Amino acid sequence: MTNASVDSRSTPLPPGSEAPDFTLPSTPDQSVSLTDFRGQPVILAFYPEDFSPVCSDQLALYQELLPEFQKFNAELLGISVDGVWCHLAFAKDRNLHFPLLSDFEPKGEVSRTYHAYRTEDGTSERALYVIDGEGIVRWSYVSPVGLNPGADGILSALEDMEKGVAQ
Amino acid sequence: MSRTQWGATLTMPVTEDRDHIQGPADAPVTLLEYGDYECPYCGAAYPIIKEVQARMGERLRFVFRNFPITTSHPHAEQAAEAAEGAAQQGRFWEMHDVLYENQRRLGESDLRSYAETLGLDVEQFDKELAEHVHAARVREDFMSGVRSGVNGTPGFYINGARHDDSYDVATLLAALERAAA
Repeated sequence: MTNASVDSRSTPLPPGSEAPDFTLPSTPDQSVSLTDFRGQPVILAFYPEDFSPVCSDQLALYQELLPEFQKFNAELLGISVDGVWCHLAFAKDRNLHFPLLSDFEPKGEVSRTYHAYRTEDGTSERALYVIDGEGIVRWSYVSPVGLNPGADGILSALEDMEKGVAQ
Repeated sequence: MSRTQWGATLTMPVTEDRDHIQGPADAPVTLLEYGDYECPYCGAAYPIIKEVQARMGERLRFVFRNFPITTSHPHAEQAAEAAEGAAQQGRFWEMHDVLYENQRRLGESDLRSYAETLGLDVEQFDKELAEHVHAARVREDFMSGVRSGVNGTPGFYINGARHDDSYDVATLLAALERAAA
């Protein structure tokens, strides 16, 4: 509960915006682009740092929910400014089986384009995006950095998309 | 635009038929926990709940639902199913307490020995665990928590509203008394 951080939260790209494309490394020899997932929903989970307590809980919850996300054919991508080797160690240690992308060089560039960078800390915000198969933002949320946003918002957004509800 | 996560509320109401409940149905305040038997924070909350229950007596109704995070806690799912197996034989709370008092011993043989100690029909208990008879119930609990905004364990709700404050005895008791007033 870090109330102090509430006021400094960024405003995310609103629903209806085109999601900026990016290509980021997911392992030392592989990269992932947003356009790789055209035709299916993508969940972007920007988070501050590998191994920090809140991030670990949040990502463990998402790992637990992968089967739910898969029901919507949605791909989950975690993004932070940590390097790929750090991501590998984190994923192995915490049993995470979805891509963690490294917004490392130039540092935080993709986070910035998604209004999800905390200049004062040099890390990503705790920001969530749900993007549709055409690359349009359908839902976005920035959580106070010390508060795990849970997954309800993501699931509701995926359901709304499936039902074709206008945001 | 952005759906707020503040003021999260319980989406699956407490029902006497389905839920595991201690305390009277007409108690002025209901404390509901989404918990994981292998989570150390839930273990730390366990005696706190006991204390709060002792202090509030019949004015408090306590409800427990499963929220196993198997990604971090490899034994949590089986422990949750074991508690549901005990519930099938009318001994949920006894098993719930044993599990929280033995959080580091949640292996298969441990669970069986707790079932024996509690005098359960062990053959039936084993069979249900092996066939994951209670997995659907555990998952239903879990998803009801996700949809209610549970973001970690223990997740507490007081009269259906998520308790976002700390859960030491004094803070929790104060929040419960406020809700009861």
